Amino acid sequence: MTIGRATSIALHGLEGTLVPVEADVLQGLPKVHMVGMPDASVRQSQHRTWSAMRHSGFTPPETKVVINLTPASLPKAGSHFDLAIAIALLRASRVVPEEESESTVCIGELGLDGRLRPSRGVLPMVLAAQRCGIARVVVPSANVPEAELVDDVSVIGAASLAHAASALGADIAPYPVEAIRFDEVEEAESQRLDMVDVLGNEAAIAALELAAAGRHHMIMVGPPGAGKTMLAARLPTILPELTTEQALEAASVRSLTSERPSDRLDLSPPFESPHHSSTAASLIGGGSAGQIRPGAAVRAGHGVLFLDEAPEFPRSVLDMLRQPIESGEVVIHRARGVARFPASFQLVMAANPCPCGKLGNGDCTCSSRERMSYFSRLSGPLMDRIDLQVRVSRLSSVSRSAAQPSATSNEIRARVLEARARASHRLCDTPWRAMGEVSGTWLRKTHPLAQGETKAIDTALERGLITMRGYDRILRMAWTTADLDSAPAPTSAHLARSLAFRKALQ
Amino acid sequence: MLVKDRAQTGRIGEDLAAEHLERQGYQIIDRNWRCSLGELDIVAFAGGLTVAVEVKTRRSARFGPPLEAITEEKLARLRLLAVEWMRAHDRRGRIRLDAIGIELKPEGRARIQHVEAMS
Repeated sequence: MTIGRATSIALHGLEGTLVPVEADVLQGLPKVHMVGMPDASVRQSQHRTWSAMRHSGFTPPETKVVINLTPASLPKAGSHFDLAIAIALLRASRVVPEEESESTVCIGELGLDGRLRPSRGVLPMVLAAQRCGIARVVVPSANVPEAELVDDVSVIGAASLAHAASALGADIAPYPVEAIRFDEVEEAESQRLDMVDVLGNEAAIAALELAAAGRHHMIMVGPPGAGKTMLAARLPTILPELTTEQALEAASVRSLTSERPSDRLDLSPPFESPHHSSTAASLIGGGSAGQIRPGAAVRAGHGVLFLDEAPEFPRSVLDMLRQPIESGEVVIHRARGVARFPASFQLVMAANPCPCGKLGNGDCTCSSRERMSYFSRLSGPLMDRIDLQVRVSRLSSVSRSAAQPSATSNEIRARVLEARARASHRLCDTPWRAMGEVSGTWLRKTHPLAQGETKAIDTALERGLITMRGYDRILRMAWTTADLDSAPAPTSAHLARSLAFRKALQ
Repeated sequence: MLVKDRAQTGRIGEDLAAEHLERQGYQIIDRNWRCSLGELDIVAFAGGLTVAVEVKTRRSARFGPPLEAITEEKLARLRLLAVEWMRAHDRRGRIRLDAIGIELKPEGRARIQHVEAMS
């Protein structure tokens, strides 16, 4: 007997590492030694694999077996190592021929009957395989559509262990079996949202256009029924489509978290609106080592994270968002490992003007203390990151009849795309993609404005009405306003408009 | 299955194992040696080495390979038994512990699996 080898992939966050699996069949009493830091789901693979081999017409080893998952120091989690372990065993007994160069990755959980069960996270695993120069992957039949989203890797779908072995060169004729599919999930009828549905609220729509053009974070304050949620839900419809790379990243996250992974690339930006009873783990991500699951902030990557009733979120939960807003990624530390997820979302918050929501209509029942503490939950450092602060008012019956329908989402998106093009031309040598992301220092140094134009905010700064950070935010917003206006640089009028958005809450 | 049948299965297996060992050039020096700790199925001698052999017999593979029945606990007891046998027979040196698994096939043949120096 020789040593049999096969390769699989371990996922940590969205990053994958190749895991070469070795199986050595030795003299000795029947016993399986699984080494290389397997977790419980990997250790139990022994029982699934042995049964699956028996029911697929193979003879599992009846002596001592050592199965080594390398690199030995890397913790392995997940049931998808089953297939690689079974193939390594079959190679040790020469049922499946040895591969000359290790260029095939095997992914899949085995059922006792030998059929392959669909796994979660197959897309990020195949992407990792592609980056490691792997030419071929074997995945469960149900995972084939998502695996095929990855270029340059040939995908073999297998319904059972016997099919996988035969595809890898075993001289057997596998029985046809019915492949295990994902559970049918009722797909939510995705409504075609459009900005044209919004009546009135021109100022808020203009602010959304600005937010979309510059990827500025935003907060809307207004009484219940003013249409904050309706407006926020339509922000993705005026955002540019995702690039292929971004769409693959979004689909990878979905592959890890959703009941049913995507079978085609969805280019529309994701929209996530977690409820205000969310915990830190559901917002950012969490779970035990090895199986860390991303939260809403990660699912909203390259799209919109909408927090309705933002002041109702626990402050500690909201403050978890500061790190991803700063760095564009979520890092979750556990004793046994660290998981990193990309999380470059655009934050949109909505809030009532006061806890009872009636402030401004004359019949507010909140005490002044309650009103003060309401907004203080949105901590200073978090609010510092919110460029756009907008008041949204309820539509009265008079203005409703007079209200002009808004422009359609497509019209607005065209303007947004044009503004983005101008901004990306300006940012071509920087790590940033939109004006909402750039650092103030860089902006002031490389694109100084004439003193005459900045006079209004210079004075405000001198008088202590705004901070230096606030000054930078107004500058960024002014640049986006100018981009939307097709102006080469912001004028004093653009600056004045941005200043107004800053002051909306005071 | 009757108790008598079970004992008979074991007996057939032990005979087959002894034959197998003799064919391999072992010299059988003791069988079914008992003491207060339990029983040693076969003790043999080959190439200057004493070997204690545990025999496990099954009538079919339906319940898995026969040697799977040897647990850690049983192994520990066999080690003590082997040492006890050496002392009782006033022998010095090392004693090796082997296992032979026998799967009886319906057509009267048997599949024999010999594991040397199990540890």
